[in-house]
Amino acid sequence: MSTRQFSPERVASASVRHERVRSEVQRRDFLKFSLAASGGLLIGFYFPGVSSQASAQESVNGFMPNAFVRIGTDERVTVIVNHSEMGQGVYTSLPMLLAEELDADWSKVGFESAPVDPKYNHPAFGMQMTGGSSSVWSGLEQFRQAGAAARAMLVSAAATRWNTDPASCRTESGAVFDSSNRKLTYGQLVADAAKLTPPAHVQLKDPKTFKLIGKPIPRLDTPLKLNGQAVFGLDVKLPGMLTAVIARPPIFGATLKTFDDSKARSMPGVRKIVQVPSGIAVIADTFWQAKVARDALRVEWDEGAMRGFSTTTMMQDFRERAKLPGVSVRKEGDAAGTLASAAKKIEAVYEAPYLSHLMMEPLNCVVDLREDSCEVWTGSQFQTIDRANAAKIAGLPAEKVQLHTTFLGGGFGRRANPQSDFVVEAAYVAKAMGAPSKVKVVWTREDDMQGGWYRPAFLHAIEGGIDAAGNAVTWRSRSVGQSIMAGTIFAEMFMKGKAYDPASVEGIDDLPYAIPNIAIESHQADIKVPVQWLRSVGHSHTAFAVESFIDELAALAQKDPYQFRRDMLLKQPRYLGVLDLAAQKSGWGKPLPKGMGRGIAVHFAFGSYLAHVAEVSVTDGKIKVHRMVCAVDCGQYVNPGIIAAQIEGGAIFGASAALYQELTFEDGRLQQTNFNTFPVMRMNECPEIETYIVESNEKSGGIGEPGVPCAAPAIANALFAATGKRVRRMPFRLTEAV
Amino acid sequence: MIDFSVNGKPVDLDVDPSTPLLWVIRDHLGLTGTKYGCGIAQCGACTVHINGEAVRSCVAPVSRASGKAVTTIEGLSSDLSQPLQRAWIEEDVPQCGYCQSGQLMSAAVLLRVKPQPTDEDIDQAMTGNICRCGTYPRIRRAIHRAAGMVAKAGAR
Repeated sequence: MSTRQFSPERVASASVRHERVRSEVQRRDFLKFSLAASGGLLIGFYFPGVSSQASAQESVNGFMPNAFVRIGTDERVTVIVNHSEMGQGVYTSLPMLLAEELDADWSKVGFESAPVDPKYNHPAFGMQMTGGSSSVWSGLEQFRQAGAAARAMLVSAAATRWNTDPASCRTESGAVFDSSNRKLTYGQLVADAAKLTPPAHVQLKDPKTFKLIGKPIPRLDTPLKLNGQAVFGLDVKLPGMLTAVIARPPIFGATLKTFDDSKARSMPGVRKIVQVPSGIAVIADTFWQAKVARDALRVEWDEGAMRGFSTTTMMQDFRERAKLPGVSVRKEGDAAGTLASAAKKIEAVYEAPYLSHLMMEPLNCVVDLREDSCEVWTGSQFQTIDRANAAKIAGLPAEKVQLHTTFLGGGFGRRANPQSDFVVEAAYVAKAMGAPSKVKVVWTREDDMQGGWYRPAFLHAIEGGIDAAGNAVTWRSRSVGQSIMAGTIFAEMFMKGKAYDPASVEGIDDLPYAIPNIAIESHQADIKVPVQWLRSVGHSHTAFAVESFIDELAALAQKDPYQFRRDMLLKQPRYLGVLDLAAQKSGWGKPLPKGMGRGIAVHFAFGSYLAHVAEVSVTDGKIKVHRMVCAVDCGQYVNPGIIAAQIEGGAIFGASAALYQELTFEDGRLQQTNFNTFPVMRMNECPEIETYIVESNEKSGGIGEPGVPCAAPAIANALFAATGKRVRRMPFRLTEAV
Repeated sequence: MIDFSVNGKPVDLDVDPSTPLLWVIRDHLGLTGTKYGCGIAQCGACTVHINGEAVRSCVAPVSRASGKAVTTIEGLSSDLSQPLQRAWIEEDVPQCGYCQSGQLMSAAVLLRVKPQPTDEDIDQAMTGNICRCGTYPRIRRAIHRAAGMVAKAGAR
């Protein structure tokens, strides 16, 4: 098995990157990004990387052989990307696929976000969206086909010009050559090619000839993100636009009783105060004016059924629930019987709290509502749904609503809301203002954190037994938590009549270990806290439970935790591949300085296999993660540089949850408000992270989410190795260790 | 009226002096590279320079800038020629990119004060800047790389 590591030296050369800078600067000029003179406002309508009706339909100086690419007479190749750029690199990896088959000159390749249109639907999910770590694998065919079709038309145009056989022509770096090396650039051919009919079938390249796919090509959006030019939703500014900040209920399900806006109404810049279904919107000239006036509202709420809700009580209820049999998810052999007869047995309860997505860019949405049409500007992961829901509120047919996808300052699933909460709310505000109106609704950090749609809290109670030889013979687990899918439009698609939510047990239901007696059960908790998918969804808590408990079984059997896993994964070559690689690269088994410990974990999620080895120490009761070695097998891959970045980021995301993060409710009210009470890992806490990628010809898997799940169990298991104590609740507190 | 300069250009504004500098920069001056993340000086996304010092503009009233020189990410260098921007490109640092303006502005002050920072110096200077995507390992490498570029240029 060959692998590659990403060290600074291995990433592409500086010269390539300097060229990229120059071309980006040119692109910005091309996009007519404009800033008004001193003291003025941003009035440009052309935002780098953001779709506009004009550009999507632009045919002047351009050849659009299909929905995914436009080639200009100036040689520029613009790839129209149907997935949202939220950090995971789709504005580079998807253009790479197209440019590969097109044989484009990569220094001339740019990107643009797609408008909302069925032709940009996710091939697997039937709507335009970004999620499930699916952009690259679902775009593989789509973008390669689009590039190959464009190439075929350009070759055909050149062959006609030369009166030669297209089969005798070749393409390279944005140009067609004939057998005698005559050359026509793509820009010179677009006018002719535009008159041709796209081919019905095209031949895709032999992967052996790839020039871009498989290489750590620098990201196309990097330069825009280093000088303030990248436009996120919060940065959108339209002429005459006002800003709204909303007072929302302090408890989920609370309703408005009365409010007094006499003070707020007279404050500077305040234009209007309107009631919308989610609360009271204060609309002002600027954000700060709206925010200060919002805070000056006096509001009384009917607190409703969630008054008195406490997460402490909820977890106690979960513990009681787990003592009873749940809905059967998977059953093999006789778990109950073999538990009773096992040589040794152990039980443990693992807990994971509610979590906030906490994207760096708080939620926001711009709505430009007119009598007969509407435009929405936001960082969306759910374009089709968001547009349809905005149209419903605006009272317009969906095709009269344009939704422009900006850069997303983080998504992690929050901007894929089945009810389009942050888009619908902005549409209501615009409607309450009356058409025509232009408004940007901005959530403060506190609004965002208190606004719901969290990763649900979960409890996993697991019992296991080993035989006299120390082999695991029994696994029985019961998972308790809220369903994400139930009651949403996704219930039918994903639950398929099951009595449990697959997202509650994913990562535990496919337990890969050779254990003969398995019972996996699920309890669905009915709690009215709005919950949603957060990066790695169910895996974010199931991997912690599964990989911690396997470690506990290894300790019970007095076996090395790596070897113990290995022995039970002999028929699972891809699990074994990453497990062995992580162990080998981490120096598993080699002595560590006193007080330090190593922990290992392996997991499969979103089509990819991950193993982590963490090295930790404890000083004065404080946990320090020193190093994380990550091995990933995501099948055939497109951009290993981006993969390494996602694995690093995933490890940090998972470690943040493991070490610091917890949302708690008392008397119905969320106790956390901001980064000071819901911390994120910081530079001084960040471990060294090494990523190793398995070379594989298997089907491509996801990469945005699979890097998260192993972090928590690897750290927990390392803590056990370092201290002899187990942490079974996230975030880890050594005072609770047993 | 409050007078100060932003990226070398004079600014003369009639604005409530208690308004945070962040919102004056974003809403009044239209410079949106400086980001809002927390509003309580916890995340560093809003970092700008006032007379060369790193300031969390979300909690600094605009009156604090009166008569002073403010530099935002747009003023770091427009052509990406600043060593930190070059190093950020070479390490392909950003993911979502939202926090990177603040990261760069904090790093710029660090390199001015400590042209050859140790890892401990980086921890100290950069710990106030949160990145939810987890680009810290690359930021650390990029700061060392930028320091190397500056040293090399100085040696010539």
